[in-house]
Amino acid sequence: MADATNGYKSGSTLEKVLRAGQFAATAELGPPKNADAEVIRKKAALLKGYCDGANITDNQTAIVRMSSIAAAAIAVREGLEPIMQMTCRDRNRLAMQSDILGAYALGIRNLLCLSGDHQQFGNHPTAKNVYDLDSMSLLQMVKGLRDDNRFQCGEEIKGVNPRFFIGAAENPFADPFEFRPYRLAKKAQAGADFIQTQLIYNVPKFKEFMKRVVDLGVHEKVYILAGVGPLKTAGAAKYMRDQVPGMDVPDEIVKRMEEAGKGIEDKKAKAAAAREEGIKICVELIQQMREIPGVAGVHIMAIEWEEAVPIIAEKAGLLPRPVIQ
Amino acid sequence: MIVAEQKPFEEIKAKIAKANKVLVVGCGTCVTVCFAGGEKEVGILASSLRMATKIDGNPKQIDEVTVQRQCEWEYLDTIKDRIGEYDLVLSLGCGIGVQAIAEHFPEARVVPGLNTSFLGLPVEQGVWEERCAACGNCILDLTGGICPIARCSKSLLNGPCGGSHDGKCEISTPDRVVECAWDLIVKKLMARGELDKLLEIQPAKNWQTSRDGGPRRIAREDLMLAKE
Ligand code: SF4
Ligand code: SF4
Repeated sequence: MADATNGYKSGSTLEKVLRAGQFAATAELGPPKNADAEVIRKKAALLKGYCDGANITDNQTAIVRMSSIAAAAIAVREGLEPIMQMTCRDRNRLAMQSDILGAYALGIRNLLCLSGDHQQFGNHPTAKNVYDLDSMSLLQMVKGLRDDNRFQCGEEIKGVNPRFFIGAAENPFADPFEFRPYRLAKKAQAGADFIQTQLIYNVPKFKEFMKRVVDLGVHEKVYILAGVGPLKTAGAAKYMRDQVPGMDVPDEIVKRMEEAGKGIEDKKAKAAAAREEGIKICVELIQQMREIPGVAGVHIMAIEWEEAVPIIAEKAGLLPRPVIQ
Repeated sequence: MIVAEQKPFEEIKAKIAKANKVLVVGCGTCVTVCFAGGEKEVGILASSLRMATKIDGNPKQIDEVTVQRQCEWEYLDTIKDRIGEYDLVLSLGCGIGVQAIAEHFPEARVVPGLNTSFLGLPVEQGVWEERCAACGNCILDLTGGICPIARCSKSLLNGPCGGSHDGKCEISTPDRVVECAWDLIVKKLMARGELDKLLEIQPAKNWQTSRDGGPRRIAREDLMLAKE
């Protein structure tokens, strides 16, 4: 039998915050490229209390890192609620389900279902990929484990079944733009309880996307967390604008990052000025996201810059994070 | 058709290094059409090998023959009297042709001269592209005649993923542009007013009909010769 969850699907903090109608804030914690648990503990200490959950990435960009399940279990012990990511690239439905059972047994309650980046650009490009499932059929499987008490094959789960708050990702800036809101609707239908979007810098385009999402009524079926993140340098902004497919960084943002360090001779001070501007832009983005109908929260991605999250959360008026019993 | 490409010349040379009498066997079907292992390519390769081994001071007897279809016993029988004369057969058939020779002539030693690449077609002169992964359960009716199993880099059934950009797959580089199959599928079906097909969630695929179910075999009673 399932745990007593008081009417919640999973009883995770993130679920409770969203159900209470609070504007949610999630963050991101990238596991290390080694076996050091201390890295997770340090990052968890930085994020704890400043978000309703932190995404633990799963071999992100196809680079081998500590497994998301292990890192998430460490986060649980440290009192930081993990949102465990799981991609379809590295495991088939057997491995995924056994990991899902294990993750639940370890106290993990949020699961983000992804297709995963292709291995081509990671550090093992000669690997074979799996893609037994895609993000959609993974969502269906995780929902089935929770709501129907059944494995993907249809067999009943005897005993405790894994009850996750189920997440999915969507990139509003990927092509074809017209189809993206429908794909989001499909993910909600497949089983997603919440969606985290890719990093947003082009707000007008995101608004247009959200308008279509709201017109379809999808925001009533799934909580949508808008992806935001602080830029560290003008170079990073340019790189994202020019080199990262599916990223949309307007020139205006790049210009603001360039202006920030202008005229400052001291290298350290120059870098600090850029970082400050990056945080400022991020805070402004959060304010704008709050105003967009259908947006239920923000997902703050400060990759390898976890220190920025408390500052952003503070400045954006996201603190203290609600505690829901 | 089956699309193949000739292995690098040095690799082929190394593979035949220990043999003295080599028979290069071409195939008149798929690999002829994709200019990899037909009569013409057999001729060029055989003479290049003759020349190269001569220059190396180790001349070999390299003969050539092209059968109509290397993957059928009947056509292989046309070389059955010759094959015993050679200590090595260099097949310019696809992987099926190589194996057919090995199976039909158990005494023969056979090496592959081609890399069998994919099931595809020439999209323009000199350019071939993959089209089918022989999954054993065709779904082309759902996807506007565009195969996501073979043509989406992740074989997604509910694409496109978040890496689709400007019609290109996320694995594209400046040197290697790969079309996003799902971009093609979505655009085609939306233009046709078949959004409903795209909205339907395709559940997890049954890969049993694919290679994952083990080596496949089709046996048709209606075609089998009556057993005594
Ligand atoms: S769906 Fe299967 S059989 Fe049909 S074209 Fe694609 S791989 Fe080939
Ligand atoms: S970009 Fe398109 S083709 Fe490439 S993996 Fe994603 S959906 Fe498939």
